Order: sequence, then structure tokens, then C-alpha cells
Amino acid sequence: MDILNSIGLFLQSTVQMGTILLFATLGGILCERVGHLNLGIEGMMLMGAVIGFFTGYHTGSGWAAFIAAAIAGGFGALIYAVITVTFLGNQIVTGLVLSIFGTGFSSFVGLPLSTVTMPQSAMAPFRAFKVPLLSKIPVLGPALFEQSIYVHIGLILAIFMYIYINKTRFGLNLRAIGENPASADASGININLYKYIHIIVGGMLCGLGGAYLTLVYVPLWQDGITSGMGWIAVTLIIFSSWNPIKAIFSAYLFGALRSIGFKLQNIQIPKIGGGTFILNSQLLNMLPYIMTIVVLVIIALRKKREEQPPAWLSLPYFREDR
Amino acid sequence: MFRIVKRQDMSSRYSTLLRIGSIFAALIFTALIIILLGYNPLQVYAKIVEGSLFSKFRITQTIHKMIPLITLSLGCAVAFKMKFWNIGAEGQFYLGALGATYIALNYGSLPPYILLPIMFVAGFICGALWALIAALLRTAFGASETLVTLMLNYIATNIIMYLQYGPWKDPEARGFAKIARFSPNAWLPTIFGVQSGWIITLILVVLIYFMFAKTRLGYQIQVIGENTQTASYAGMNVNKILIIAVILSGGICGIAGMMQASGVEHSLTYELSAGLGFTAVITAWLARLDPLNIVIVSTLFSVLLQGGTYIQTALQVPSSIAGIIQGVILFFVLASDFFVNYKIIRVKKETPDAAVSFDEGK
Repeated sequence: MDILNSIGLFLQSTVQMGTILLFATLGGILCERVGHLNLGIEGMMLMGAVIGFFTGYHTGSGWAAFIAAAIAGGFGALIYAVITVTFLGNQIVTGLVLSIFGTGFSSFVGLPLSTVTMPQSAMAPFRAFKVPLLSKIPVLGPALFEQSIYVHIGLILAIFMYIYINKTRFGLNLRAIGENPASADASGININLYKYIHIIVGGMLCGLGGAYLTLVYVPLWQDGITSGMGWIAVTLIIFSSWNPIKAIFSAYLFGALRSIGFKLQNIQIPKIGGGTFILNSQLLNMLPYIMTIVVLVIIALRKKREEQPPAWLSLPYFREDR
Repeated sequence: MFRIVKRQDMSSRYSTLLRIGSIFAALIFTALIIILLGYNPLQVYAKIVEGSLFSKFRITQTIHKMIPLITLSLGCAVAFKMKFWNIGAEGQFYLGALGATYIALNYGSLPPYILLPIMFVAGFICGALWALIAALLRTAFGASETLVTLMLNYIATNIIMYLQYGPWKDPEARGFAKIARFSPNAWLPTIFGVQSGWIITLILVVLIYFMFAKTRLGYQIQVIGENTQTASYAGMNVNKILIIAVILSGGICGIAGMMQASGVEHSLTYELSAGLGFTAVITAWLARLDPLNIVIVSTLFSVLLQGGTYIQTALQVPSSIAGIIQGVILFFVLASDFFVNYKIIRVKKETPDAAVSFDEGK
């Protein structure tokens, strides 16, 4: 029973870590589906994290903090959209700049916040609650049904986004833009409007991912609190081959890797023929990135239509170039 | 009605003026932000300049940022010219430093005139091999080099962390996770009070400039960047040239890592680059991949980076303001690019053609 319990606890923290990544990954998928590679996820997450905490601290309202975090992430994405959509700027460079800007911004706003704690009233809406009956399921119960509502919002969003992208007319247009903006344009879709909306909503999700850390997971503000999770989200977008449902599983998988990594100290494994091999968390932290490269190669090899990156990813679209 | 058309008459004077103009616009805009935050913008700017240039120590610090930044930007530029988006300068930097460190730690007793060249070559080779992974995956499987190089950055930092906390941890550091300091034989000598890497960097600037201006390889790289199909019709072996250029690009970034480890830190840490590998992607792009511009842009950036750390002590202004200023300036410059490449013209009358005019994004 004890082992089951600790597995349950491990899964619980896996899902929590995965939720941060899930929000950011979903945001990134939305953005990349309209053909825009946004390397500013880390920046937008930090902006959401700090503004969420700031608002929660000052208003004492969790939901106000939630909305503010989304707006902050969306604001970062708006800057990105203005430069890359309207001014046709280089997406890679703009994304990197957004990450620099977001880091500076969050560390400035967060300066007076690093010594304060969140008022109870702001944390109340996101406290973990037990879903009756379901939370009694051994092992999986606590992982999925004894969580903050934030976790469930993430899951529902992923499913909703899958339906939106694959089953609705808007989703069809969205995919058309990412694949071939010229023909989407010719069929009368308002490309720039689509791009703006999806990039901004994507940024909002990234902001919410960051805010999960400062509102629920930690919940405190520390400088650079996302500690590179925005970059893991960039890898997760690929790992889940731009599919929101796969994003759930990959986010939780990477969440598991990360929560093992935190607990792992140097483990000495004796090598055959003398000497020891040291296994530590740094080695484990490499795994997501290596796996992503492998996945990139596999999807390139398999050439399955629905797994490929959007064909127009990171390329600017200028109408008169057609 | 307005229409946006591609500019044909792109003069370099116009684009330089536009760049300078956009930097000024950004400085004015950030000044407004700084006022809103409750500080005096002129004072902040003055202290940034003062903090980076107004004493021998601070100039040295600034130059210690310039050397790796210029070198890394050159490395990026070589690949970018080919539209090979190597954003892995950070990782190649670390691998270069790693190669050099391996030599320095194991053969530290060799005399400097033998040891340093070996470290230099090791830095180049390791950086080049790291970049080569991305080039091979792209040429063999068509995997996106942008994403692969980005991943390789994080793998590289984790390798360094692994070594620092694991196998290479210095047993004499009293439990601190540190890699041992190099023996003085493995230190780049200082010339005029600055690590001599600046000479190597200047040589590289000149070499890359000549490579693009005068050599066959430089020309081929540029043709491939313009149009891969044209290049292969013209009988170029695109993949071969791509691989050579990527090796060069990664190798140069590796040299930057070797110089920083050997010339400044005299050791290796996972924070050796201070993120300059990512900054270099931006500086290379802003410099329009031109080696001489790279020197100018990287210098300005180093001033901003170094001055940013100073305003905290001088004015009690959080140094993170420097990050915000940096971001805003870059946003402005990136947006101004548009006016270099495109212009907005007025269309007098509604023509039947108006249906295809650019009306959504004005």
C-alpha cells in the first residue's frame, strides 16, 4: 500500500509539473499552426507569472490574477505579432528578443514581490479539491482528481483546442494559413486577423502556464521562476507533433522526467572493469532535448502528413510575393 | 488607399539612417517608460555609458563581453548567409570550451606555445562537430536545423552541468561543485591588460570579411542563401558547401568558448557564456550578417550589457531595466527593417485591382 501511495504522490506532482508545460505547449501550438515560430514562450510565461502574482497579491483575488496573467502573456504575444505579422520581421530573432524582454520585465516587476507571500484569499480558488468518488481510485485518483481546478482547465482546453483545430471551419482556415498562406489568402481568409488572434491567444496560454507556478505550484515569486520551462515547451510542441491531445501526454511525460530530476542526487553506478558512472539530475535533464531531436528525425522520416511541421513555419508571408 | 510594395532602391545609406533613427525612437520610448517607473532616463543612460567605459576596469569588462559576442555573431553570420538557421551558437560555444578544458586539465604541464594552439584546435573541432550534428540531420533527413540547434544548446549546457557536478568536480574545492582551475600554462596571455583573444577575434573578422568578398566558398554560400535551386543548377554541390559552412560556423563559436574559458574564467562553468550565444543570433541579424557591422553592433550591445550591471550600484535602479531597454530597442529596430525592405505608396484611385490591395495589415 505504501508503494502505491508514493506512486500516487509522484503522479500527482507529475501532473502539476506537466500542467505548467501543457499550457505553454498549447499556446505554442496555436501560434505555430498559423506558421509563426515563437521562441518567446519563456518570456511570455515569465510575464504571466509575475503579473499573475502581482495582481493576486494586490487584489487578493485569484481569478483576477488568472485573467491578468493571461493579459500579460497576450501582451507579449501582441508585440511579437506586430513585428512579425505586420512588419514582417524575422520570427526567430523577434522571439528571442521577446524572451529577453520578458525576463527583464518580470525581474523588474518582481523585485518588490520576492519577499511577500500570496494572501490566502487569492489562493483559495485554486486549492486542490477532491472530486467525490473519482479521487478514491487508487494511484490515478489523487493524480487526476485531487488537483487544483487549474489542472482541469488545462486538460479541458487541450481537448477543446483539438476539436477547434480539427473539426471546425476556423480550424481548417487556421491550418490552411500555416500550410500555404497564399492559397488561404486567395480563398478569401483574412490572414492577418487570424494570425493576430491565434498568436495573442497562444501568448495568453503561455502567460497562464507561467502563472500556475506563482499562483498554485510554488506559490511565491522568484526571479526567473520558470527556469527554462518555456524552452522545454518549444520542444514539446514538436514532440506532440502540433497536436493538442498528444500535448497532454507529452507534457505529463516531461513533467514526470522533471519531477524525478529534482529528487535525484548523484547515483554511482559501478562500471564493468572498474570505475563508476555517475547518474545525476543533469544527465536526466538532457533527456527531453535528446528525445525531441529523435522525434524530429522520426517525423521527418515517416513523412506522415498530419505529423509534419506547418509548411510555412517561420517564413514571412508578403502578399505581393505570390 | 495605401499599398505596400517591395522596395527596389535599397541604398545602404538609407538603411543605416533608418537604423539609427529607430534606435533614437526606441531610446525616446524607453525614456518614457523609465519616467513612468519613476527614474530619470538621462541619468540612467549616462550611467550605462559611464559604467561601461569610464574606467580601465570597466572597459576591460566591456571588452570581455565584446570578444565572445563578436566571435559568436561571426559564427552565426556564416550559417545565416546560407539561410541555415543555426541558433546553436550557445551550445557550440560550450562544446568548444569543453574541448579546450579537457586539454587544459589533462595536459596542463605542456608549455603554453604548444598547449594553447592544441586547445584552440580542440575548441574549433568540438564546436564544429556539435554544429555538424544539425547539418547532417538536415541534409540526411530534412530535420529543421532551427529546432535541432536549439535542442543542442540545452543538451550542451546540461553536459557542462553534469561534468561540473559529477566527473569533473574538483575534489579540492571543499565540496563546491567546481571544475578545477587551469594551470597558468593554459591561460591566454593578456595584451594591454585584456585577454589576447581580441587579436584572434579581429583576425576572424578580417578573414570572414574576405571570405565573403573574395573567395569562391564565400560566393557559393551567398548564392545558396539567395536560392538553393539556382545554386544546384549552377552545378554547386549544395549539401557539401552547406556542411563546410556549418563546420566553419560551429568552429568559430567553439573558438569563442575556448577563448572565454582560457582567457577570462581560467576554468569552465555552466554559466560561462552568460547567454551571449543567444544574444549573438540577434546581433548577427541586426548587423545584416556583415562582419564590420557585427563589430559595431556587438560593441553597442556590450556597452548596454556592462552598463546595465552598473546602474544597479550607481543609482539603485534594478539592473533588469537594462533588459527592458535592450528589448525595446530591438523591437524598434526589428520593426524598422520593414521600412528598409518595403515602402508604403498611396494609390490615387480605386482601381479594379483594389480587391487585391493590402488592406488588412496597415
